[in-house]
Amino acid sequence: MKSLAELQQLRDQISQQVVLRKDREDGIRVVVGMATCGIAAGARPVMSAFLNEVSKRKLSDVTVTQTGCIGMCRLEPIVEIYMPGEEKVTYVKMNEEKVARIVAEHIINKKPVAEYTVGAVQE
Amino acid sequence: MKELSLHILDIVQNSVKAKADKIDIIINENIKDNLLEITISDNGCGMSEDFLKTVKDPFSTTRTTRKVGMGISLFEAAAIQSGGHLDIKSKLGQGTTLYVCFMHNSIDRAPIGNMIDTMITIILSAPEIQYVYKHCKNEKEFVFDTDVIKQSLGDIPITTPEILEWIKGYMQEGLASL
Ligand SMILES: Nc1ncnc2c1ncn2[C@@H]1O[C@H](COP(=O)(O)OP(=O)(O)OP(=O)(O)O)[C@@H](O)[C@H]1O
Ligand code: FES
Ligand SMILES: [Mg+2]
Repeated sequence: MKSLAELQQLRDQISQQVVLRKDREDGIRVVVGMATCGIAAGARPVMSAFLNEVSKRKLSDVTVTQTGCIGMCRLEPIVEIYMPGEEKVTYVKMNEEKVARIVAEHIINKKPVAEYTVGAVQE
Repeated sequence: MKELSLHILDIVQNSVKAKADKIDIIINENIKDNLLEITISDNGCGMSEDFLKTVKDPFSTTRTTRKVGMGISLFEAAAIQSGGHLDIKSKLGQGTTLYVCFMHNSIDRAPIGNMIDTMITIILSAPEIQYVYKHCKNEKEFVFDTDVIKQSLGDIPITTPEILEWIKGYMQEGLASL
């Protein structure tokens, strides 16, 4: 059974790493739209998929956060990715399969997946 | 919405927007009385009496990006469709309590769904808030309180990926024991 004592052990194990991770304003930000229409369209599993990839691949410079309405209901779930020194990239109609590709190609290899972006959909 | 846990996620966002610093989520499954109850209460800004009268109407919203607010009316529709109802109490400056009930065995009732992902999502959306999630099933209960977790964490943020993973496992065990 998991106990709070176990949690304290875990805390001690990671305290070193976390100190290093702090104050990283230069990191990559993944922002998921989590307003009502986003949630109804599947934003929660998309966010969970990003979290899982970040944990699994130990991407310590990536933070996953949320925002409210992005203002394009019919294109939800919407995800914005901010890389230091780059223009924001907006991905639309997201799902879990798209997440895996975006993490591998955009976040790790720095090449946005053009076909999933808002620009590709609106053309 | 496909899961009640998604409605809960959405309703909690209202409490976050209302600047609550404590949000309580109670799920009560009472199989004997064929009842499923969900209560979400917060200590946020609350609503005036006049606004409260119209709040279930999709056309009452304080949001500025579109003219309809759907969260509460969608949740109410889900309740009514499965033999239940939704009720809101609120006091300006004190907070809001939203209560929803369902017939537990109604075939039109969406499943509770993944409460663990809902909790992880709301923790990430506003980590400074204290969330207390209590799930009762017949005689048993599981309580998850982010302040208790934070006390064990000291200055390590609750949003640290390894900590969130631990919380998932902790909740999985707790909910499975019900
Ligand atoms: N917990 C709360 N505390 C204070 N005000 C609330 C609370 N919940 C809802 N409200 C008020 O009721 C309005 C309607 O809520 P509802 O969730 O139905 O729609 P919304 O949040 O405006 O938009 P949507 O949920 O579609 O994104 C909100 O705009 C807000 O003014
Ligand atoms: S209301 Fe749908 S994206 Fe904001
Ligand atoms: Mg809402």
